[in-house]
Amino acid sequence: MSNIRVLVGTKKGAFILTSDGKRKRWDVNGPHFGGWELYHLKASPVDPNRIYASQTSSWFGQVIQRSDDGGKTWTPPGTKPEDLMGPDGMPTGTSNMFAYDTSIETGRPLTTHQWYDGTQKPWEFKRVWHLEPSLTDPETVYAGVEDAALFRSTDGGKTWRELAGLREVKGSLWQPGAGGLCLHTIMLDPADPQRIYVAISAAGAFRTGDGGKTWQPINKGLRSNYELPDPDADVGHCVHRIAMHPSRPNVLFMQKHWDVLRSDDAGQSWHEISGDLPSDFGFPIDVHAHEPNTIYVVPIKSDSEHFPPDGKLRVYRSRTGGNEWEPLTKGLPQQHCYVNVLRDAMAVDHLDPCGIYFGTTGGQIYGSADGGDSWEPIVRDLPAVLSVEVQTLP
Amino acid sequence: MIRVVLPQHLRTLARADGEVQLDVPGPVTQRAVLDALERRYPMLRGTIRDHVTLKRRPFIRFFACERDLSHESLDSPLPEAVAQGKEPLLIVGAMAGG
Repeated sequence: MSNIRVLVGTKKGAFILTSDGKRKRWDVNGPHFGGWELYHLKASPVDPNRIYASQTSSWFGQVIQRSDDGGKTWTPPGTKPEDLMGPDGMPTGTSNMFAYDTSIETGRPLTTHQWYDGTQKPWEFKRVWHLEPSLTDPETVYAGVEDAALFRSTDGGKTWRELAGLREVKGSLWQPGAGGLCLHTIMLDPADPQRIYVAISAAGAFRTGDGGKTWQPINKGLRSNYELPDPDADVGHCVHRIAMHPSRPNVLFMQKHWDVLRSDDAGQSWHEISGDLPSDFGFPIDVHAHEPNTIYVVPIKSDSEHFPPDGKLRVYRSRTGGNEWEPLTKGLPQQHCYVNVLRDAMAVDHLDPCGIYFGTTGGQIYGSADGGDSWEPIVRDLPAVLSVEVQTLP
Repeated sequence: MIRVVLPQHLRTLARADGEVQLDVPGPVTQRAVLDALERRYPMLRGTIRDHVTLKRRPFIRFFACERDLSHESLDSPLPEAVAQGKEPLLIVGAMAGG
């Protein structure tokens, strides 16, 4: 029988939740890296025991951790003795070094972006928001960082190189939103290894068709009436999350700052599918593992009030690819609930029926083993949850 | 031997118990001590000072002999008591309470 492993990143450490395929009884293991912010953990789909983690701190900066035994032990990549010494006797381990590419050889060096006062500000690395392991090679992993850029490692996280072409897509116009100028979503197309989608807060969605050398904005159809002076601008839209089903990589679903949208042409154009949602503001969006037209969002009252409408925590499910939504409430608090669900904090397993999981800023992890019809808290009192990923293990 | 006290989170990251003792060749400066520390504990690279600029991270402080040395030049000699191993160099996470 399959097993389920849920990887949880929180404001104060990482937790690993495991269960058998019944998904009734859970073991909670952690905190790992207690006291640090764990923005994201994700495992390689081709080597499920290899897990990459982004460990960060306002004091001590960025650390990348890697486990090769399913989360039992962790090491910053490149700190084994054979990795350590360069010709000058200094350690060569640089797994936490994210240096923006300003070299002439790779194109026009871009060094600044828009700042709040209208001036240009130098790009400055702050943290890794999201790690996306390759679909085919356990040594290759992508990192989405703040200030927004995309990095790739091809040596298991020991060293990182920026895919700098992304910032040439009007990067000088990008301006941080309230959450920072962060690249938070990376989606690898399972049908085309050269195609990658990314999304950046207050900049928009972007796509490459050549493995990351050149990029184009894919924001046609997005409207930001109150956030941008030109509601239909090429860049500047505050995309919160994008999701796809691996069987249909041309169909994308987006939770924007306001509005839930859908694209049927790989992001060339978008149309709104908010339909009858009580609020179309929110952060996460995800797709059912076996039903490509079944999608999930968590409506939040507004950009001014980051909590569920009416104090009721409701996941909304559409079985029609959008527009018609049903509230899923069984097992979720329906009064006095004022938590948020952040953009990377929802995931699905691949069992049948499909399991859905999400974490809240109140420290609860909720799971559904029946496609969302009913929910149970797996654990209630973790630190604020930043991210949730799920592995379905043989 | 030069004695260095790390904050708890960096001790955990370095898997070091208690005070760290370092052999620092040549003049005992902040730069020489940090070089020796990172050579011995490479996972600390980037956590105390920037990889490229080698500037101290904003919320890190260096104390020794009841003095704040955070704003001293990287190449100034550390106090004699630190150089002689009588007193430790304290690497401290700055207070950021609320």
